[in-house]
Amino acid sequence: MSARIGIVTFPGSLDDRDAARAVRLGGAEPVPLWHDDAVLRSVDAVFLPGGFSYGDALRCGAIARFSEVMGLVRDAAGRGMPVLGVCNGFQVLCESHLLPGALVRNAHLRYRNRPARLRVESADTAWTSAYAPGAEVVFPAKHGEGRYVADEAVLDRLEANGQVVFRYLDNPNGAMRDIAGIANEAGNVVGLMPHPEHAVEALTGPSTDGLGVVASVLAAVHANRTYDEPHQTEGAAR
Amino acid sequence: MARVVVDVMLKSEILDPQGEAVLGALPRLGVTDVNSVRIGKRVEIEFDDSVTNAEEQSQIIADQLLANPVIENFTVSVPDGNAA
Repeated sequence: MSARIGIVTFPGSLDDRDAARAVRLGGAEPVPLWHDDAVLRSVDAVFLPGGFSYGDALRCGAIARFSEVMGLVRDAAGRGMPVLGVCNGFQVLCESHLLPGALVRNAHLRYRNRPARLRVESADTAWTSAYAPGAEVVFPAKHGEGRYVADEAVLDRLEANGQVVFRYLDNPNGAMRDIAGIANEAGNVVGLMPHPEHAVEALTGPSTDGLGVVASVLAAVHANRTYDEPHQTEGAAR
Repeated sequence: MARVVVDVMLKSEILDPQGEAVLGALPRLGVTDVNSVRIGKRVEIEFDDSVTNAEEQSQIIADQLLANPVIENFTVSVPDGNAA
């Protein structure tokens, strides 16, 4: 049985179908999750896709944080479930306090839409173990609010703990210390701005480097482990 | 009606590219003696008349939702003539 990877659709999510396709191409089973789902449907991991959840009202990701499903995701992440946030998903993870720091307007104020060259700085996470440390990958970046910021103490701590996961080789947005993606301390929660799910086929992407993200999480999921709430075991698996 | 105003500003150490863009446009108006422009948000909240702790609730709203404390500061104020 292949691993079940939940893909959350918020009102305004755009990349959920591409994420599902990438998960399938990577050999896992995509499981659609809706923003007001009260169950995690026995998924082994969760992918928060890009887009403009709730129209980016107030701040990107600020409203999604309060959605029903994010309460479950936050709880399951605390118990070790792998969670990946890409682009808007990364913004949601920061707003949910699952990752430190914040993503703000690109320094040049323009929407940036082009392939981004990245270095994999840490292969010690649930979503990057299949990469060689220091490997260069190319994922498409497409965002207006992708500049990673945090205070110096937080940045120093991220660097010291190996929580900087992806770094831009050509910083497209003014992100502090060229940070493109980070992990939490445990390494099960990862967020990045560029899109691995758009780099899974030669026909449509600049590379197939994104498949490594799915390969990594396949190695990280535990057989027979479920993150469904104990009181929701009945009927949680559809 | 209890009316509370929350002002949200980017922290001073966070670059405000929007403010920079406005600053850059000022010379076209003939204004050349401005050192800095910072842009924030003003949020006006109107509570039911029955609410007695509007300011307290506004603090929670501002801290939990309206501002992201990682990048923004906020102030909560009650305009004159309001029994908040």
